[in-house]
Amino acid sequence: AYRTDEGQPWILPVVKKVEQMIANDNSLNHEYLPILGLPEFRANASRIALGDDSPAIKENRIGSVQSLGGTGALRIGAEFLRRWYNGNNNTATPVYISAPSWENHNSVFVDAGFKDIRTYHYWDAAKRGLDLQGLLNDLESAPEFSIFILHACAHNPTGTDPSPEQWKQIAAVMKRRCLFPFFDSAYQGFASGSLDKDAWAVRYFVSEGFELFCAQSFSKNFGLYNERVGNLTVVGKDADSVQRALSQMEKIVRTTWSNPPSQGARIVATTLSSPQLFDEWYGNVKTMADRVLLMRSELRSRLEALGTPGTWNHITEQIGMFSFTGLNPKQVEYMIKEKHIYLLASGRINMCGLTTKNLDYVAKSIHEAVTKIQ
Amino acid sequence: SSWWSHVEMGPPDPILGVTEAFKRDTNSKKMNLGVGAYRDDSGKPYVLNCVRKAEAMIASKKMDKEYLPIVGLADFTRASAELALGENSEVLKSGRYVTVQGISGTGSLRIGANFLHRFFKASHDVYLPKPSWGNHTPIFRDAGMQLQAYRYYDPKTCSLDFSGAVDDISKIPEKSIILMHACAHNPTGVDPRQEQWKELAAVVKKRNLLVYFDMAYQGFASGDINRDAWAVRHFIEQGIDVVLAQSFAKNMGLYGERVGAFTVICRDAEEAKRVESQLKILIRPMYSNPPMNGARIASMILNTPDLRKEWLVEVKSMADRIIGMRNQLVSNLKKEGSSHNWQHITDQIGMFCFTGLKPEQVERLIKEFSIYMTKDGRISVAGVSSGNVGYLAHAIHQVTK
Repeated sequence: AYRTDEGQPWILPVVKKVEQMIANDNSLNHEYLPILGLPEFRANASRIALGDDSPAIKENRIGSVQSLGGTGALRIGAEFLRRWYNGNNNTATPVYISAPSWENHNSVFVDAGFKDIRTYHYWDAAKRGLDLQGLLNDLESAPEFSIFILHACAHNPTGTDPSPEQWKQIAAVMKRRCLFPFFDSAYQGFASGSLDKDAWAVRYFVSEGFELFCAQSFSKNFGLYNERVGNLTVVGKDADSVQRALSQMEKIVRTTWSNPPSQGARIVATTLSSPQLFDEWYGNVKTMADRVLLMRSELRSRLEALGTPGTWNHITEQIGMFSFTGLNPKQVEYMIKEKHIYLLASGRINMCGLTTKNLDYVAKSIHEAVTKIQ
Repeated sequence: SSWWSHVEMGPPDPILGVTEAFKRDTNSKKMNLGVGAYRDDSGKPYVLNCVRKAEAMIASKKMDKEYLPIVGLADFTRASAELALGENSEVLKSGRYVTVQGISGTGSLRIGANFLHRFFKASHDVYLPKPSWGNHTPIFRDAGMQLQAYRYYDPKTCSLDFSGAVDDISKIPEKSIILMHACAHNPTGVDPRQEQWKELAAVVKKRNLLVYFDMAYQGFASGDINRDAWAVRHFIEQGIDVVLAQSFAKNMGLYGERVGAFTVICRDAEEAKRVESQLKILIRPMYSNPPMNGARIASMILNTPDLRKEWLVEVKSMADRIIGMRNQLVSNLKKEGSSHNWQHITDQIGMFCFTGLKPEQVERLIKEFSIYMTKDGRISVAGVSSGNVGYLAHAIHQVTK
């Protein structure tokens, strides 16, 4: 979760404002939302992902399912794919997840009933970057119609995203081989500070004529973690297919949570549908993204100033909340035991944990770990 | 072409269909008796005062929005278990239970269904009363369970087919799962009397069945939270370790906030810890962790003495209004000159009433009187008010005389 420079959770000012508006609105009650969620939320959430001028929206071939966070959107999408993707029983359809990925991806698809879950090459530990060739090779050799889980931006946990040119190559192979793109978009806006930039990959695939799913989370970019605000955006070839798909998604939702929680969706819908509140929100998002970007550049410059062995440009080239530092498990253990700096054995650090007050200490500690432990 | 070319259009929801037709109707006297949510005497949704107060208190505390634990808000789950089991419950004292926050009744039922599918190896058969809430079947089916039934409702008397139920239950294979509605049976409104519950508990215990209680109306049925939880508590006292799904949608009016809980009674606290760890593993790939807003409100109410007192009064007043409407409907039917026995309307309890009306009669009520209900003759008494109960009685008399 995001932290301020004081190391505290941050409720976005626009969220505070909108919550007050909601509290003061006596016409609002706690009645059930429709099964697919609050209509104003669904439409605005998908519009944010696909862009105001999306051809898919213009052609009325998109659908939205309000979900319990990004996880809920992934699960509903997975359950639907298992029932309806390529024929009526997709338990044997291969699902490809990046190596590494958010560890819950695997569990979501296993529990949705998929039996053949594989990994695709992604992180090149040696060069500390994207293993593009490995990725493309896996796309070429995957069985036709396989499902690929793609991180829309700010890859978790590596922070390493394909460049636009690399996305184009990925898309070309996926199109030729009839592979299904299932995007996980948990950091739109939060990654670069620009909603459009962080949605570039999803929109590119749409412009290339793909049918796709995009699981969106508003946990980070709205700071609404515990309100469980998510959305599954469905892009189809035609309106009728999407309608039928949504009617089946309703059935899945009905046996999972019946209808989604209203508070978080109201906050997001109110914010996104008001030009003024939208601008305020954008400013809040940029505040968060800029702080993380600042921490990245400050950490890198300190490491380079200290002469810490190795190259550290990956710290600023990576994006989003997390960074794969390249520290090995022994060095990580040193950081935890000797320096009381907590990070994962994979070397992943949460950039949000850095503050102007602890930058020096963290940089020195990394320097020690790298020089003392091999 | 599209990946979804072969996807069939899902069947329309029967209850939603009622509301859709109601909305299109231009008759000023129209009544929507399909609604599954409480309405006040003006036919409006009701936000409880204690809920508004709790919301104000929460807003003033300026709490953060950090993720809840996977199992939910501890103050809420603890209070929820205590509400169901009673504060003096030996189960609570010994800690031999686990309660996790769920997405209202549906989400709690589903967590339990998934848990049973994964860990109840003796059987995957779930016995539902005939009839049961329409969503029970697909929930258990999607969790991989098989559905069976036991006799429950007697359409001839519009009441409990007690001997049929005892007969069927005593034949259920040992170690099967039996689902029972704790109070205010949905859709019939027919609940066993306490002596009948005692007999049912004895049969269930003899058959060594796992009892899954669905309690969506505690407090809302009789107006008394302890009375409505009597069956659950009795079964536990008889040594039957139940699992329980609770909803706070109706009794706190928190429908859209999705407040619920799932409880497993265990042999001891150590077993409860192991069960909890497995529930977390089930929940994480569903939605990671539950929504905060409603749970905070419910927790504030249950744990703040003044608010809790106020809540008990408000839930009783909702239950009383429903009971009052039942009484008025019967007396109005008498006034209309109906010679039928309508006692079941006041014998039944909770939000719903199985009127005993036949499909043709329901059809006439819809077409001739713009009174909307489901084909099975179920009405939501919550949709009845002092302003329209006379019209309803008149219409029912017209189609049944």
